[in-house]
Amino acid sequence: MNPGGILGAAAQTAAVGLGAPGLVGGMRQVRARMEGRAGPGVAQPYRDLRKLLGKQSITPEGTTVVFAAAPAVIAAATLVIAATIPLATTASPLDGAADLLAVVGLLLIGTVSLVLAGLDTGTPFGGMGASRETTIAALVEPTVLLAVFALSIPAGSSNLAVIVADTLRRPSDVLSPAGALAFAAIVVVIIAETGRLPVDNPATHLELTMVHEAMVLEYSGPKLAVIEWGAAMRLTVLLGLLVNLFAPWGVAGRHAGLVGVAAGLAAVAVKVAVAAAALAAGEVYLAKIRLFRVPELLAGSFLLGLLAVTASYFLASPQA
Amino acid sequence: MAGLTGRIRRLGRIAEPAPPAPGPLQDASEVGRGSLQLRHVDAGSCNGCEVEISGCFSPVYDAERYGARLVASPRHADGVLVSGVVTRNMASALVDAVNAVPAPRVVIAVGDCACDGGVFSEAYGVVGPAGAVIGVDVAVPGCPPEPAQIIDALRKLTRR
Repeated sequence: MNPGGILGAAAQTAAVGLGAPGLVGGMRQVRARMEGRAGPGVAQPYRDLRKLLGKQSITPEGTTVVFAAAPAVIAAATLVIAATIPLATTASPLDGAADLLAVVGLLLIGTVSLVLAGLDTGTPFGGMGASRETTIAALVEPTVLLAVFALSIPAGSSNLAVIVADTLRRPSDVLSPAGALAFAAIVVVIIAETGRLPVDNPATHLELTMVHEAMVLEYSGPKLAVIEWGAAMRLTVLLGLLVNLFAPWGVAGRHAGLVGVAAGLAAVAVKVAVAAAALAAGEVYLAKIRLFRVPELLAGSFLLGLLAVTASYFLASPQA
Repeated sequence: MAGLTGRIRRLGRIAEPAPPAPGPLQDASEVGRGSLQLRHVDAGSCNGCEVEISGCFSPVYDAERYGARLVASPRHADGVLVSGVVTRNMASALVDAVNAVPAPRVVIAVGDCACDGGVFSEAYGVVGPAGAVIGVDVAVPGCPPEPAQIIDALRKLTRR
């Protein structure tokens, strides 16, 4: 536990919490411009959240504490991930928990609480969204594990900070077959996990095509604001993990001071913004795929993850 | 993909320049200031107004740039956009949809039918205009109203 690490962890958590709506706004703006629209501006999600926080919160008849607690659980789990994973610094005081299994588990806590909340409302669309989300989650989580395992074999540890430090030391690992396969697998997984095209359409109004939206149809006011904030943070955190696993340059090390942490924060912010803009631009070219084709896409990404593990096991350069 | 890239570059910005913002409403309600989410309810429309409403959110008029957006659930909305004369079968559904919107909320009637019954006011299956079933805050007359008129009403609420 060093002061630089504590400062870095606090800074990256605050940056994720405050910057996530802006990231979503920026992605919508990129999409709007490419579609020929003017767009509502990067700050629109902040206006939406401010307005939602001031509205009446309706508790639908028959819902229980599961429905009421889900938004807080999602936001809290995502904030814990933001504090642990190496975004601005590899020396977070929660480093011991920055294990890849723990992070996947925390992601799953958020998913499961939202699924239960969708079921708790007792509406047909809530249940439908919950069953779809469970299907996707069951296919996504093993792929995350496999893909990051492929990266952890050369590093000799499943601790994310160690993997990032190892990639910094030997950048050639990223360009290895295992690295390339793992990258492709993780990109597909992030798209599925955050409900982006072609797995789910975040802007849809058609109940029959919804996945994430269908589970939150009954939320209103401040609870809806927390859910939307949590979903934005989830996207930010996953993109941050992606860029730092495959392009960790700029991240503050164990002995970094104030300047190092600030540089690390700026570096990760730029990288995440570039990745988000690329994701939003890519979405313009895609239509949502049929729900029954989603498992094929995710099974394909699982296969890539499996190949990545195999390749990193058999083709890995001997440990120095 | 190359074809689409070329088209995106060639077309550039389709959205027309924004006309000057209209002033706020007389009663100066704060609903939807900066951000206005609406649930659209077709209470028995001929679908003429629906075409115009979808035109509002097309790239040409782009109502989203003023902070207005259509949403999937009345729970997510700040108000209801009613089109068409209220038919007997839709009367209770319309009331339910408006009551599902968290307060503070606004009701916008789009088109002559929703405002005063229009050409269907004497029809046998009709309860009346939207005002006969729920309180209407903003009325957009026209048969059908042009997207510019609808957007004008939305901008009075979002004040952008």
